[in-house]
Amino acid sequence: MSERLDKRQGEWIDRSRSIHFQFEGDDYTGFHGDTISSALWANGVHILGRSFKYHRPRGIFGFDDIDCNAMMESGSTTNIRADLTLIEEGMSVKAVNTLGSLKKDRLRFLDYFSAFTPVGFYYKAFHTPKRLFPFYENQIRKIAGLGKIDAQTPMKTVIKDYGFCDILIIGAGPAGLSAAIEAAASGANIIIIDQTPHPGGTLSYRYKNKGPAIDLLNQLLEKVKACNNIKLQLSTLASGYYADHWVCLTNKERMTKLRAQSVIVASGCYEQPAVFHNNDLPGIMLASGALRLINHYAVKPFQHVVILAANADGYRCALDFHEVGIHVVALVDLRREGEQSELDKQVKGLGITVYRGHFIYEAIAGKMKASVQGVVLRNLDTDIPVNKESEIKLNCDGIAMSVGWTPADGILRQGSTRMEYDTRLEQFLPIECVKGIFAAGRVNGVYALKDQLEDGCCAGAEATALIGLTKPGNNKRPPKEESPQSHPYPISDHPRGKNFIDLDEDVQVKDIVNSVKEGFDSAELLKRYSTLGMGPSQGKHANLLALRILAHLRGETMRGKQITTARPFTSPISMGHLAGRIFTPLRRTALHHRHKALNAKFMYAGDWLRPEYYMTDGLSRNQCIETEVQNVRNRIGIVDQGTLGKIEINGPDVVTLLEKVYTGRFAKLKIGMTRYGLMCDESGVIIDDGVISRLADDRYYISTTSSGSAAVYQTLQRLVIEWGLEVILVNTTSTYCAMNLAGPHARKVLQPLTDVNLDPDAFPYLGIREGIVANVPARLSRVGFVGELGYEIHLPADGAITAWDAIMTAGQTHGICPFGVEAQRMLRLEKGHIIVSQDTDGLTLPFEAGMKWAVKMDKPFFIGQRSLKIIENKQRERILVGFIFPKNYLSPKPKECNLVVKNGEIKGRITSVGFSPTMGQLIGLAYTAPEDSDVGSTLSIKLDDGSLVEAKVVKIPFYDPKNLRQKING
Amino acid sequence: MKILKCPINGPRPIQEFIFGGEYRPMPDPNNTSNETWADYVFNRAGEPGIKREWWYHLASGTWFIAEHDTVKDVFIKTYLLQNITEDE
Repeated sequence: MSERLDKRQGEWIDRSRSIHFQFEGDDYTGFHGDTISSALWANGVHILGRSFKYHRPRGIFGFDDIDCNAMMESGSTTNIRADLTLIEEGMSVKAVNTLGSLKKDRLRFLDYFSAFTPVGFYYKAFHTPKRLFPFYENQIRKIAGLGKIDAQTPMKTVIKDYGFCDILIIGAGPAGLSAAIEAAASGANIIIIDQTPHPGGTLSYRYKNKGPAIDLLNQLLEKVKACNNIKLQLSTLASGYYADHWVCLTNKERMTKLRAQSVIVASGCYEQPAVFHNNDLPGIMLASGALRLINHYAVKPFQHVVILAANADGYRCALDFHEVGIHVVALVDLRREGEQSELDKQVKGLGITVYRGHFIYEAIAGKMKASVQGVVLRNLDTDIPVNKESEIKLNCDGIAMSVGWTPADGILRQGSTRMEYDTRLEQFLPIECVKGIFAAGRVNGVYALKDQLEDGCCAGAEATALIGLTKPGNNKRPPKEESPQSHPYPISDHPRGKNFIDLDEDVQVKDIVNSVKEGFDSAELLKRYSTLGMGPSQGKHANLLALRILAHLRGETMRGKQITTARPFTSPISMGHLAGRIFTPLRRTALHHRHKALNAKFMYAGDWLRPEYYMTDGLSRNQCIETEVQNVRNRIGIVDQGTLGKIEINGPDVVTLLEKVYTGRFAKLKIGMTRYGLMCDESGVIIDDGVISRLADDRYYISTTSSGSAAVYQTLQRLVIEWGLEVILVNTTSTYCAMNLAGPHARKVLQPLTDVNLDPDAFPYLGIREGIVANVPARLSRVGFVGELGYEIHLPADGAITAWDAIMTAGQTHGICPFGVEAQRMLRLEKGHIIVSQDTDGLTLPFEAGMKWAVKMDKPFFIGQRSLKIIENKQRERILVGFIFPKNYLSPKPKECNLVVKNGEIKGRITSVGFSPTMGQLIGLAYTAPEDSDVGSTLSIKLDDGSLVEAKVVKIPFYDPKNLRQKING
Repeated sequence: MKILKCPINGPRPIQEFIFGGEYRPMPDPNNTSNETWADYVFNRAGEPGIKREWWYHLASGTWFIAEHDTVKDVFIKTYLLQNITEDE
């Protein structure tokens, strides 16, 4: 532990607990509380990873979330951010993106080839010749990507939960803590979160030389602890903001969807790097990163450092570094005027040379580019030296950069906060937040510690006033920082490049220059072409730099410039955090378990699970279905129709509603009778159909299609309101079950079970009666959907099994068998009945589907009537016809959606087709051109394999054209 | 996820609601040219602004009108249809 310092006040490590871990196969020891990066640095390990494109050695840089130099994998876990992840006993990690080992990465040659891989190289080079693309792709895939995924990794469930609070405060630094303390007095329920495992923000590592920062932090934390209504949640990231203050909080094992009344963003700033040749060498750090390393983990970042500064923070760093025994070789100030405060004197008083108006031209790399050996400085005013001697060369093993800040504004931007570039502060500032979001502290451009505390206090008061816990006060926010904290252009050109602006993606200054030359000269285009800001840190260091270069190249100022759109997540989160459980709703009818016992093969019909057919040993699917069909035609069958939409409509205006909604007439429908109803939308397109039954003067009962039941009910509800009708709708879709008992023996089976007189004179075709079936109250109606004598039985769902069992028992001697959806489809097809949404589509008009008989155009009004009046007399484009195949034609079987073609042109398609056991041949319905729709015409059908087969247009119904079967006196 | 205030049930998460399209009174079908009628049936005003929209609270079966600023995606107010003022 060569580089570990003496105990620092407030350090985050527990020196009494040693932790052993492995990196790249070697054993290391750190302390409890160390991150992987801090522990390795303490052990003298300075190469923590390799860069994405050029495989350059990388070390600690920002020591935060702003670069991913140190990206590790461990077993099946990848994307481990070593700067943020704590070491654990026995942990074994290795760097991603290396071939061979980290130290001797076989891909490091890519760095020397960089001149041949300019920006956009992959887009341009690897698309011709086309036949080689699979090879290119394979090679590129081997090189690209960070880490390897083990496809065998078992799924780990990440807990998802919901949170609620009055005020969510993001950031437990000085502004966030003071906001919480202020707001807590109102009684508000407050949650403060911070990404780090310890609170304090800048108080935990800055201001060390300015006196008792730790004391101030402890005072704040005491006050927070004293408030029962403040919950401090650490190691937690606010990773996404969604409408109305719905914030996604993530930590290692959990995702919390938290709803707040108000959100205070006190997330601070990300320090921004300077750009010069070799600015990525291990040993070059952001000053804040170096300070965190020193004060949180007591690790010495370097021995001899050159500080590059453009603000007072850089001078404070010099004092801090000096205090822990780091030799500050020089302080290079980008500002010609230097530092105006007392700090200048203090720094010089320590014997540190200050170079004003200078910049780092390049960092001199050590062996294998694995370290810094020194820097070359140049004067801003004599940018290009006359001779080499006029350059200043200094020896050092580290560079600390303190040249600027950008607000950590991911959450603010996702929350539609208007951010504008402030030319005085040389950074973005929040200008207008949406209602309920407040920014405080550094993210709000308030830098002085005293002001940050006050800014937080004001934000706290504003939040409690907004949610109505306190009266709006006249808090005045402290002024924003007066002097620029960021340098407007901390970027230097170098003929040999390697001056990186995005360490994640190895984007250099020249890549931006070339992208702009090629025309990708807006922030959004530039990002996508150069991949800038598209790495794991999402441009937290690169976006602002790129924008500065872009403005510079275009000869513009930064005024009015915008960075690319911010979206969730502020920092990458694992797929496990996003993966939800599958909540697919499933609806079962009341008779589900009876079907199961009868060996039903189930199918999904929307959300419903329905019997497709009932399996019989030794019979194929088609044989089962054919047997079911024949049993209905010859004996008796029963089908579960519980999925039908069922609505009771009562009230004085029922008739008005039905007349306006359905295309048919219902005013004169007799009590105890039913009638088919067809529903269109405003454009005249068929949307639903069903049976309308009149139970009393003002009592109706309607059925809808299974798939349309919810939409029809909702539409009726809306129309009742819109038309101001006195009608009560009761959706009984789930409360009632329904079954259809059909076949020549239906009356014989049912009569003994019911008190309703089934005599055809008393209960004619299309009649409806109320009574009991097997002691269950029921509605019976005579319908003809499958074309046999039949009774649809609707009854309360809890009585369905009783009735079903009684019917099945009574039907045994008559050969009763249940039938499924497939048999029902064939039975109705034989009768030529359409199924809405199978034989109709989103454009089908009643005239096209042979439903003109159901549409009463001379009614005063129905929905769709006005449109149908316009279309009525126009030329039809297609007609639904019935077709048959010759009896000896069986295969290849045409399928639904096979096209009807004529002279190579599409004329229509098959909507229903199947082998009719009753007719002994293939029958179906299809759309075709009107001129080919006459009985006897020939349809040319294009099968799946492209071959053409011919079918003959016939009159529908195919079976029992006079509809005698459904009226027989069986 | 947004919050929408149902006039009957109060503020609820938006996933409990269904959008029912813009509120557009139907022109008198008997006194409307074919062009005006076709315009009513097929065309929708897409320009952003303050719209009156139908929304349906699924859990309770409540239809109501929401005034929605589609520029800012903010619901200004919600009310039952009976409280609508036609001249807005």
